[in-house]
Amino acid sequence: MAGLMIDRVTKRFGEQVAVDALSLDVAPGQFVALLGPSGCGKTTMLRMLAGFEALSEGEIRLGGRTLASREQHVPPERRHMAMVFQSYALWPHMSVADNVGYPLKVRRLEGDAYRRRVAQALDLVDLAAYAERSPQELSGGQRQRVALARCLVADPDVVLLDEPLANLDRHLRAAMELSFRDFHRRTGATMIYVTHDQSEAMSLADRIAVMRDGRLEQWATPEALYRQPRSAWVASFIGQGSLLQVAAGRPGQRLEEDTLMRGLAAVAAKRTQPVLVRPEHVMLLPELSSQRGLRARVESATFRGERYELHLRLESGEALLAYHHAALVEGQEVALLLREGWCLEPDR
Amino acid sequence: MAPSLTEGSQQRWLLTLLMLVIVALSLVPSLRLLMEALGDLAQGSEAPLWRVLQAESTWRALWRSLYTSGLGMLIALVLGSLFAFVITLTDIRGKAWLVFCFMLPMMIPPQVTALSWLQLFGPASPLLKSIGMAPPLGSPQPLHSAEGIALLLGIQSAPLVFLALRTSLLSLPRELVEAARISGARQAQVWGQIILPVTRGGLIAGGAMAFISSLGNFGIPAMLGIPAGYYVLPTLIYQRMASFGTGMLAEMASLSLLIGVLALAGVALQQAWMKRSRFGLMGHSGRAHDFSLGRWRGGVTAVLVAVLLAILVAPLAALVVSSLVPAVGVPLTLESATLAAYHEVIGRQGATWRAVRNSLWLAGGAALMLVLCSLPLAYRLLRLPRRWQSLALGAIELPYALPGVVLAVACILLFVRPIPLVNVALYGTLGLIFVAYLMRFLVVCLKPVAASLAQLDPSLEEAAQLAGAGPWRRLGGIVLPLVAPALFAGGLLVFLLAVNELTVSALLWSAGNETLGVLIFNLAEGGESVLAAAVSVLVVALVAALMLCLNLLAPYLPKGVVPWQG
Repeated sequence: MAGLMIDRVTKRFGEQVAVDALSLDVAPGQFVALLGPSGCGKTTMLRMLAGFEALSEGEIRLGGRTLASREQHVPPERRHMAMVFQSYALWPHMSVADNVGYPLKVRRLEGDAYRRRVAQALDLVDLAAYAERSPQELSGGQRQRVALARCLVADPDVVLLDEPLANLDRHLRAAMELSFRDFHRRTGATMIYVTHDQSEAMSLADRIAVMRDGRLEQWATPEALYRQPRSAWVASFIGQGSLLQVAAGRPGQRLEEDTLMRGLAAVAAKRTQPVLVRPEHVMLLPELSSQRGLRARVESATFRGERYELHLRLESGEALLAYHHAALVEGQEVALLLREGWCLEPDR
Repeated sequence: MAPSLTEGSQQRWLLTLLMLVIVALSLVPSLRLLMEALGDLAQGSEAPLWRVLQAESTWRALWRSLYTSGLGMLIALVLGSLFAFVITLTDIRGKAWLVFCFMLPMMIPPQVTALSWLQLFGPASPLLKSIGMAPPLGSPQPLHSAEGIALLLGIQSAPLVFLALRTSLLSLPRELVEAARISGARQAQVWGQIILPVTRGGLIAGGAMAFISSLGNFGIPAMLGIPAGYYVLPTLIYQRMASFGTGMLAEMASLSLLIGVLALAGVALQQAWMKRSRFGLMGHSGRAHDFSLGRWRGGVTAVLVAVLLAILVAPLAALVVSSLVPAVGVPLTLESATLAAYHEVIGRQGATWRAVRNSLWLAGGAALMLVLCSLPLAYRLLRLPRRWQSLALGAIELPYALPGVVLAVACILLFVRPIPLVNVALYGTLGLIFVAYLMRFLVVCLKPVAASLAQLDPSLEEAAQLAGAGPWRRLGGIVLPLVAPALFAGGLLVFLLAVNELTVSALLWSAGNETLGVLIFNLAEGGESVLAAAVSVLVVALVAALMLCLNLLAPYLPKGVVPWQG
């Protein structure tokens, strides 16, 4: 098992910069997600890792070996990686077993060893009974699992996944997320997973690289991304929450209730620090009369099953999202406390 | 509501009537041919069909047809797949020009192709004479042979293979190739194990189309085979008609039936194979995988350019040289070069102008008529249940799918006597060729229009309907403007094919009613190869100009309407 080093990798298509000096250090066996809106360069990065695109600058190393740099380009067939494509890319003229066994066949593995490893791979994704079917006869989820089996059959150093769940419906997605995690646990392979869906990335990855316009916005664990997002943009992209201007703290600092409430009470001109307040840190006070708390008006309430989502408007005109156990009437006045907040870098 | 309802049903009835008439007219020639060929079977061994089937000449011509078409198909497969694979899948430069030049032979009329190759080889070749490489007098013309015919058939039908294969390569999702490469497959393995098997449907379709089109080709075996006494089925029919006139129509009908059955069997076989090798492909298609040729790029480009030089540029150069010499056998030098042949054909030869006028009238008139019919016909066809739709389309396609000779014989049978009731005699007039062109080229015009209509979102018309537009109003105000480019392209394609047409008119022309195709053929057969070359040069220029017109139109058309644009 070898670690993957991405060192100041840049990709230009003509004038346009698709990936801009991206550096990541992926530990062996890590599950990494490349997360960002469409057009942020995440798929281009993945295709450079696979070797389908050449680098404009920088270097990619696997273990001690240079895979790609400006001077060097190991072709995809010699990188010993595997990839799950968004469309699965199963070959229509081969059976399920032939599809899965193809990476072994090109490595000249034959006979019993070949059959055993194909059977093992199919077992791992619960498709042993479908070995002789043609891929067209399978459902979307089954095709996805065939693609996974094809990935793991040759014990690749790195598995690349390009939005593998984008073509599946919501229920199937949850099930496939489970099987991805299971797959990762059993094989221990280094996995790079491209997605634009933050909840998918949060639930699967050990570490997430958030990308925007070709640049790395933040490189952190899912917990850190949620609790300590670097910028206002990352904060708005991951989870729910509200941005308030506060006269306290500096970027990268956590504000406790007292400091936060004081900072909010200051005059508008002094409130220049953007702060992220997650809805679970907003507490509604039982009665209006008390001197404590911030005043706000309920704009709307949305039923979410286990709770209500309240869209509130503060007296300063700023919007605030809160959770509450009961529905409130539109236009109602409430008082609230903010338990904590996280100071962000201003957006570039 | 009530008035618009009746207006709608009135439109439906009118269009249905039109469709029924056209479908019936498409079927009539084939039925008439069948009647004639099978009609006298009761006479036993004296029946024309039996006599034809017992004649040794029939079987010899049949075998020669199969041999030349089969060999031609192999040549077409090699040339067509070379160009399709390289141009579609690699990063070679100048793709648009390579495609255009490779497609040109398909659009050049076969008798012109044959003439230009005849001018390229042999002892009388003005080009070889001019560069001092002509073989000695009396040495044989290598093209007057079965292999010569096959070579030219192959070159002429190679674009068909190219198109079919290119279509299936373009729909090959590039992920399928990438998945194989990241699985560790080397380039050779990717080609052999992924690309070829997945696109084999395209290869089969292209090969079958090349075979069928070679089988029906008349111009090439006529120009190369008749002087050597080498007859294939279409030229056998032509030769019999030329020597016996309409006296042996029943026999001709039987021969036509034979070649027609052969062609249709080819179509059926192709469709059966296609069904077996069709896959539901998924993924991002449209942009095929770009194999980087790297340092091979120069070499591969040179190979393609060399092939184009050999199959297109050299024969056309020979044709131009031949049109500039004062007489056959004189080498071209600065002193001997003359435009006399052009003066002759444009200025003095009354027959040339007459043929040009005839061909322009026929092609223009047919294109216009078919453009007018196509929209209402396609509009009604697309509203038929799927089964009926494919049956009707099959009937309309029949006169085009059958070899031209077959249609020509059928038309003679139909119109040799004045049409009953109206008492109009078409035989021996330009009208006969016109009617035959209408039947033959209807599908050429209809297909782009139907493709364009099928792409149209039905909600566009529904919105107009809700806004209060009646059925005719919708057809004219909403549908017509949206499919106009396809209509125009269909008309242009018909014109392009009809203006050069030879096979049908070779059997249907009469004195004073020659077409351009017949004129070139007659000039060449009469030994006037300089004049024939001059007319041919003008025809090639016309064809290239029309193709460029279609190129300009391509951005406004659905994919695949302009055959040489992906």
